[in-house]
Amino acid sequence: MQLIQLLIDGIASGCIYGLVALGFVLIYKATETINFAQGDILMLGAFVAYSLIGIMGMDYLTGFALTVLIIAVFGFFLDAVVVRQIIGQPAFATVMLTIGLGFIFRGFASIYWGTDIFSFSTPFSGKITEFNGLIISYVNLSIIIGTAILMSALYFFFTFSKIGVAMRASSENQLAAYYMGIPVKFIFSLIWSISAGVAAVAGVLLAPITLVDTSISLIGLKAFAAAVLGGFGSIPGAIVGGIIIGIVEQLCGTYENYLFEGVREISAYLVLILTLIIYPRGLFSDKAEVKKV
Amino acid sequence: MRFIFKTKYSQDINIAKHNGDRFWYSLLVLIMVALPLVLDDFYLGEISYICILSIAGIGLMILSGYTGLASLGHAAFLGVGAYTHAFLLTNGIPFYASIPIVIIVSFLVGAIIGIPILRLTGMYLAIATLALGFIAEHVFIKWEHFTGGNRGLPVPQPEFLGMSFYDSVFFYYVCLVFLIAAMFAAINILRSPTGRAFVAIRDSEIAAQSLGVNLGLYKALSFAISGAFTGLAGALLAHYIGYLAPDIFNIFLSLTLLLLIVVGGMGSLHGTVFGAIFVGFLPQLIAICRDYLPSTIGSQPGLEPMLFGLILVFFILYEPLGIYGRWMKIKLFFELFPTYKRQTFKKQKVFTKSDRV
Repeated sequence: MQLIQLLIDGIASGCIYGLVALGFVLIYKATETINFAQGDILMLGAFVAYSLIGIMGMDYLTGFALTVLIIAVFGFFLDAVVVRQIIGQPAFATVMLTIGLGFIFRGFASIYWGTDIFSFSTPFSGKITEFNGLIISYVNLSIIIGTAILMSALYFFFTFSKIGVAMRASSENQLAAYYMGIPVKFIFSLIWSISAGVAAVAGVLLAPITLVDTSISLIGLKAFAAAVLGGFGSIPGAIVGGIIIGIVEQLCGTYENYLFEGVREISAYLVLILTLIIYPRGLFSDKAEVKKV
Repeated sequence: MRFIFKTKYSQDINIAKHNGDRFWYSLLVLIMVALPLVLDDFYLGEISYICILSIAGIGLMILSGYTGLASLGHAAFLGVGAYTHAFLLTNGIPFYASIPIVIIVSFLVGAIIGIPILRLTGMYLAIATLALGFIAEHVFIKWEHFTGGNRGLPVPQPEFLGMSFYDSVFFYYVCLVFLIAAMFAAINILRSPTGRAFVAIRDSEIAAQSLGVNLGLYKALSFAISGAFTGLAGALLAHYIGYLAPDIFNIFLSLTLLLLIVVGGMGSLHGTVFGAIFVGFLPQLIAICRDYLPSTIGSQPGLEPMLFGLILVFFILYEPLGIYGRWMKIKLFFELFPTYKRQTFKKQKVFTKSDRV
């Protein structure tokens, strides 16, 4: 029973990792760059939600939707104005650029909102449901259900909508997409905006658990583990990878005594390193074979 | 414009290209040696710190600037160096024996870490080093027997050559000597076949491999050499700080080192010194900025990361060659006056290698 309880908690936190990893994967698939500021965008999402819901007293769902919209627009312009300029430079430059952007966001957040820890009330806070002796908090439930809804929405978007198909086409082959009359640059900015929006969703869902402060941007680093485990470049892989990381973390936390002290905090990074060393393709990779030196 | 008349093949790999170089660098060394006559203890401390940063910068520059491998966890090597040094000194090993051991240990740690993760390329490597940096920070916290954990570890300041490390003039000279030695070692590594192989790997792995460079070996070697330099810097840093706590060697320090080489100028040893001067005086710069900003913004703790990020983004976007690159442009402008062309340093677009099939 305790194991199932752990699994549920693990899946809930894993969904958050998965959502952030999803953001990495979307951008990576499209532009082959990695956005190291993804965790910081998540943090911005949580802070904007705090402003809208906590300070301005907006209704939870309205505030949620508005937050995602604001962050998505922000993501669009982030690509269109800043990141696009770096195309054609070595990969190292993109890494440094997005790290620098992450620092700017974190600095801005702590100047604008301050360094205190904030919280805002949600319809789920503090409520739990019992089921056969299992205790499930509404917050965890909201995360799992929210992720499921978002995933199916994205699935339908990428499969049936015209823009979604255009995005897949641009990711598949830029040049061919240009020839077909797809506005590739615009599409890429749109992908950045979706990925920022997904991070904002994760940020708002996460807010009741970790509360809102600048340190939640570190989630982005754990999400790398999820993305790598899922085989960077696969959308279902990102979510499954996230859930695995979440569960591993919970298990390591509970059975810490049998392993070594402090294993919980670094378990995600250990999984990351081990994946990269043993099976760098990841679980769901669509790549034929990762090049080895 | 100076034209060098070449009469020997070996001229191409001479350390000093002409007498002008010899003159200016000798003058620089003389000025550095004479500095304690002019400056007080505070500024000597600052300059010692800049020397230490430069040594660490040389380490990262060899890895990132010359071999083209990104490392986002280089503070781990500083930590390894600092803790090893403090541990050895605490157990009564003298300074002159401890430093070589630190260098060897950091070299080995670099090699051991490097061999498995250097099969990765580009982004994966950046992510893996980031994760390793976190794991290292955690090891420093939890391995209490060796590091003292969160309580910290006081660094003994032994006598060396009859002088104490508390004496800032003496410490300054120690740092300066190590910086000059490290610079010399780095220059010689980089003009040897090993260094040429590093640069070849940076510019094109496939071309390097075709010319018979063993990629795995040289990448691991680059990582190990880089670790050795950074470890040495860590040992000196231990003396500078005096009390080691695990949270010193966090990701922010790793990124500061990256800022150092980006601002200084990727792919130049001059750049490490320029970058170190910049990073060393950054806190003062921020303090000055605070004074000029309105107090509501100026007193915020978030100003530091924000400025840090802004500088990084600014350099990446507008001056990818860093301060040294800017210096080269200014120099060339006066040498070629009035025929200088902006296009000489035009950013070259490269075709990004695709991982896709």
